[in-house]
Amino acid sequence: MSSSIIYRRTHISLKKTGIVFFWLMIWQVGSKLVDNPIILVGPIQVIRALIHQSALSGFWQSILFSFGKISLGFLIAFILGILLGSTACRFKFVLELLSPIMALMKSIPVASFVVLALIWFGSENLSIFISFLVVFPMIYMSTIAGIKSTDPSLLEMANVFHMSGFKKGFYLYRPSLIPYLKSSLNTALGMSFKSGIAAEVIGVPGHSIGEKLYMAKIYLSTADLFAWTLVIIGISFLFEIFFLWLIDLTVPNHKKRKGRGI
Amino acid sequence: MNLEIKKLSKSFGDTKVLDGINISLESGHIYCFMEPSGSGKTTLFKILLGIITPDSGTITGLAGCNITAVFQEDRLCNDFTPIENVSMVMNGSSRNQKKTAKEELLNLLPNESLTRPVSTLSGGMKRRVAIVRALSVPFDMVILDEPFTGLDEETKSKVISYMKVKCQGKLVLLSTHQQKDIERLNGILIKL
Repeated sequence: MSSSIIYRRTHISLKKTGIVFFWLMIWQVGSKLVDNPIILVGPIQVIRALIHQSALSGFWQSILFSFGKISLGFLIAFILGILLGSTACRFKFVLELLSPIMALMKSIPVASFVVLALIWFGSENLSIFISFLVVFPMIYMSTIAGIKSTDPSLLEMANVFHMSGFKKGFYLYRPSLIPYLKSSLNTALGMSFKSGIAAEVIGVPGHSIGEKLYMAKIYLSTADLFAWTLVIIGISFLFEIFFLWLIDLTVPNHKKRKGRGI
Repeated sequence: MNLEIKKLSKSFGDTKVLDGINISLESGHIYCFMEPSGSGKTTLFKILLGIITPDSGTITGLAGCNITAVFQEDRLCNDFTPIENVSMVMNGSSRNQKKTAKEELLNLLPNESLTRPVSTLSGGMKRRVAIVRALSVPFDMVILDEPFTGLDEETKSKVISYMKVKCQGKLVLLSTHQQKDIERLNGILIKL
């Protein structure tokens, strides 16, 4: 790596750190000016609250509970979305059958589903259902769009050469599907955590992050609220990185490398 | 194999592309079409490949016949290497497919180009990959729709030699715009 590239990268990193530091300073100064920890706490107090929370026995249990439930709902939606999306592409009947369900899932407010899910499943598994509900239509629709974007001339070629269904899936549909999936995953991953935690705040299942946020509201503990928000952002971010990395593993090897033209 | 095409017609809207054509074809020959663009060569090829259906007429001799093709466009999977593009249409174990594909490709392409994505190859190289793909599978009949597009004279000579070996005893239908190609292939000129 040349020294000019290293210099440029260091410069960019320093610039980004500087911007973050600037806004943290504004936040800290703002909290000092407001001088009311219920309305606005500063970043230092938030970090203190986070350290305090992490020392409590239920901290990791709450993270595991919420992360487990929300990611389970997400994974079920991801797998089912791809399976049903592919089936709907193959059989028009399935597409037509599912279209009113999809329209409902996309238009009904999450809060209505939360109340309904509380009646059906109780608060324990609420976030699985809500996370599923938010993610499933996105994955389903992007699967259909991705498969439909497959080059028809390549499908003709595959038929002429009598390629098996597996090979068509692997070599033709997969490269078309992945960009659509990745694009919707960027939104779906964040949305699943946002909606899952929101559902937990309404349902207040025991030992969940939602419960902790609810308690922060009851005790007007803004520092705890901010600390748990940081935790949510952190686990959502880590899950997103991990899942997108997994998706990247399915991308044809050569697409990851930058090929040189001749 | 013998192929008998009788009174074959095909229209697209008001445009009649094929108008009751009659052709008899036999294995072991290279039949060449040297018609201007829009004369119906590609339409005839697509009918033989089962991509489109004719409006009327009959084709006998196609049942149980293995047909392979080089399309007018390369129709390659751009994200994959030449080896993958050729092996994906082969049968058998994955390792054998790739080994055979590599051996076949080396007849027309340099070794260093075989592991690069097809999208990074030149037009002429892509054309050669498409040719190798068509001629690496078992076939009774091959359709070569303007196979020499983008090839320089030297490469074309290599491709013609390769084609002559692979197509021995097979039925070959080829379209080209150059009389010289037909002579080099010892082809039979067919009029639509």
